Amino acid sequence: MTNSIREIEGMEVIFIIGSNTKETHPVIANRMLKAIRKGSKLIVADPRKIPLVKFSEIFLRLKPGTDVALVNGIAHVILKEGLDNKEFIKERTDGFDKWKKSLETFTPENASKITGVPKEDIIKAALLYGGSRKAGIFYTMGVTQHTHGTDNVNAIANLALLTGNIGREHTGINPLRGQNNVQGACDAGCLPNVYPGYQRVDMPMVKRKFEEAWNASLSDKEGLKSTEMMLSAAEGKLKALYIMGENPILTEPNVGHTREALKKLEFLLVQDIFLTETAALADVVLPATCFAEKTGTFINTERKVQLVRKAVDPPGDAKEDMWIISELSNRMGYAMKYSSSEDVFEELGSLWSALSGITYNRIRNNGIHWPCPTKDHPGTEYLYKAGFPRGRVSFTTVNYAPPAEPTDKDYPFVLTTGRNLFQYHGGSMTRRVAPIEAHAGEPYIEMNAEDAHRLGVKNGEPVKVKSRRGEIEIKVRITDRVSGGILFLPMHYREAAANVITTDALDPFAKTPEFKVCAVKIETF
Amino acid sequence: MKVTINGKTIEVPEGTTVLEAARMLNIPIPTLCHHPKLTPFGGCRMCIVEIKGAPRPLTSCTTPVSEGMEVITSSPELEDLRKTVLELILSDHPNDCMICEKAGDCTLQELAYFYGISPYNPPLLKGDKGGFLGERRVYGKRDGNPFIERDMEKCILCGRCVKVCDEVQGVEAIDFAYRGFKSKICPTFEKDLDCEFCGQCVAVCPTGALTGKMWALRGRQKDIKEVDTTCSYCGTGCNITLHVRRNEVIRVTSREDTWNEGWLCVKGRFGYSFINNPDRLKKPLIRIKDRSNCSSGSNGLNKVFKEVSWDEALDYTSQRLKEIKEKYGHDSIAGLSSARCTNEENYLFQKFMRAAVGTNNVDHCARL
Repeated sequence: MTNSIREIEGMEVIFIIGSNTKETHPVIANRMLKAIRKGSKLIVADPRKIPLVKFSEIFLRLKPGTDVALVNGIAHVILKEGLDNKEFIKERTDGFDKWKKSLETFTPENASKITGVPKEDIIKAALLYGGSRKAGIFYTMGVTQHTHGTDNVNAIANLALLTGNIGREHTGINPLRGQNNVQGACDAGCLPNVYPGYQRVDMPMVKRKFEEAWNASLSDKEGLKSTEMMLSAAEGKLKALYIMGENPILTEPNVGHTREALKKLEFLLVQDIFLTETAALADVVLPATCFAEKTGTFINTERKVQLVRKAVDPPGDAKEDMWIISELSNRMGYAMKYSSSEDVFEELGSLWSALSGITYNRIRNNGIHWPCPTKDHPGTEYLYKAGFPRGRVSFTTVNYAPPAEPTDKDYPFVLTTGRNLFQYHGGSMTRRVAPIEAHAGEPYIEMNAEDAHRLGVKNGEPVKVKSRRGEIEIKVRITDRVSGGILFLPMHYREAAANVITTDALDPFAKTPEFKVCAVKIETF
Repeated sequence: MKVTINGKTIEVPEGTTVLEAARMLNIPIPTLCHHPKLTPFGGCRMCIVEIKGAPRPLTSCTTPVSEGMEVITSSPELEDLRKTVLELILSDHPNDCMICEKAGDCTLQELAYFYGISPYNPPLLKGDKGGFLGERRVYGKRDGNPFIERDMEKCILCGRCVKVCDEVQGVEAIDFAYRGFKSKICPTFEKDLDCEFCGQCVAVCPTGALTGKMWALRGRQKDIKEVDTTCSYCGTGCNITLHVRRNEVIRVTSREDTWNEGWLCVKGRFGYSFINNPDRLKKPLIRIKDRSNCSSGSNGLNKVFKEVSWDEALDYTSQRLKEIKEKYGHDSIAGLSSARCTNEENYLFQKFMRAAVGTNNVDHCARL
């Protein structure tokens, strides 16, 4: 997020695209409701009639995978109505004219044709967002999990640049991160192309800095992304995989493929708190600790570093992950000696200035937003106050292209996947919580009443969902949350795993799989 | 705007209520229905005060301060009225504090304590000399949901749950129904709750009417260690407090003064029991059966894995990794880290992959 969660209260316009905030980030949605009660206007763009639609001024029900057309259409209207922020564009951006030209074809009429959103609504949304200088955009995987995810994000960034809605309090671009510490895992350098703090592995100076700090010789070759690791394992190139606290069998696209890939490894090491589907394939399983059993820090979606405190002892012989990694490293001949997690945090801070000013003591009561370069720095609630890091930012021309797997005669439904309110991701945690299982323990697929009627299925009846990759059996939930021709499948249930069905088509840049669109058919019994 | 309360003067912004002004001055006024994050209601009448010029006591939670206002928060008459209110409430209350989940953390119990009111006082039992005796509300339980225990006989109709459900959560799952003595709070058509189960209502309930089902008989306030930490579900990062008894997390709450204002969701509030789940891995395991013909699932685990010591597991692992590195090169090894783990663990993990193994093949689930 370029803003903090606090700043939501104070936004004039909240534009949510591809985020079911009320179910996936409920407490952020609470803050949005508070803002709406104080007069903020809400725009929701989503193929599904998600709970926040009830509070929206405008609901743009776009067809899955048509986000670029919608956002470009909105930008087209903002330009046409002269609502663009000319001063901001002149002072802080590049490439405006070229980009402007690329928008010519995205008239509301054309955008409406592609997205299925009435053109009046596109115009209304443009007037509302473009008319405000305190507007925030919020998105999640509904934007990124597409073969055009990077394009979608660029289109959104263009919109913020066009209106100058970034770099000030209460206005910015806010991807909501889906996991407690996905921000921190990125920040701490668990990415194949960068060291901690997004410092590139292929830059000699950076490499030298880390070689000196770590007293080791390092590789300047960019590594494999998670989705590429599975491909490499399947090809027999990757021989060993060390997995800490993930269950890729359920969470990577195309379950069958992932399972076969993992089976081909010569050595699979899994460190987890449960014997997950992935751990069951491992050569060695190491029992680790959960958040209540250790001390450390998480970084939330607004870049706030917060303390995690040990409350209970781990069960049996389970050990803290830090201890396990250090012991393993020592045995591999690379010494790791730390007396506490705070030691490790300080080392991270010494290598990345954005965290340099944060100490455990400073965040004892309240977290601090990075960047926080010095011990007396208050932290940074919103980014780009003093301008963009590279001076000026370029508009990126993005053109609409359809999803990788369009529907056809044989596979006439669009399937989109995601989370529901009660379960969490692969379910390793929530599916072991009795009340949650009692209430939301059964997999289901959301289907529109008309489709159900045409297929002759009633609410709660089982159907077969088939794609070109696989099939599952699942009960139908009839709801007006999805419109005709669209189905929604929650990702949490191993017995009807969404990723048996999903496509492994990836975004060419981010290598993010297209979980939000694939073509399926329904067979009744 | 200047206001004088019990002889102390304070300047407050327009729109401030008398109750808020009093709290700024650290002057206590008892309340039951008031909650600082919800709109005032004036229902319980505990917060009544005397205001110079007003013919009768006014509820301080709903009365805005006016210029030069003079307020008295405590007098024999006011305390008498407050006591009567409490006596009336307690005359229609189960008074089973000894087995109530909320005992020790109950606003009603606390006020009864300070006002010295016991249902076993002779006046209350006899129903004369200022005490009250009469019909009691008896409700059949309609409570199939697995999250929230609703003991409506303990409900004092303060309306906090109704307000929080509407104003904070935007769900409006419950409301007041019926009138007078028959008034009660219930979901539509008095059905069982079917809502987002965020538990905000449980968090604001001043009595034991609303509690977490899974909290029952796991421990109340005594011998509880409270540990402030950060929720481990989505990326919002709500501040939570784990209530620990005998090395077990028995309850999760959130303090009102946290950035998330004490609000949580169903997972954060009620989704903690995985911590103590019996399925937790407790010993390092080494595979003894070939992987190629095993299916997933945990059936016949002891035929697939054997439990080993940490030394054996770590020695074996490091030896295998060294062999593979030797034979196929650094880049034949990759690591998948976790967005569930801490920064410190993630930092060490990538350092391990880069410095100890020698590859940049390290990633996590950010794309999934």
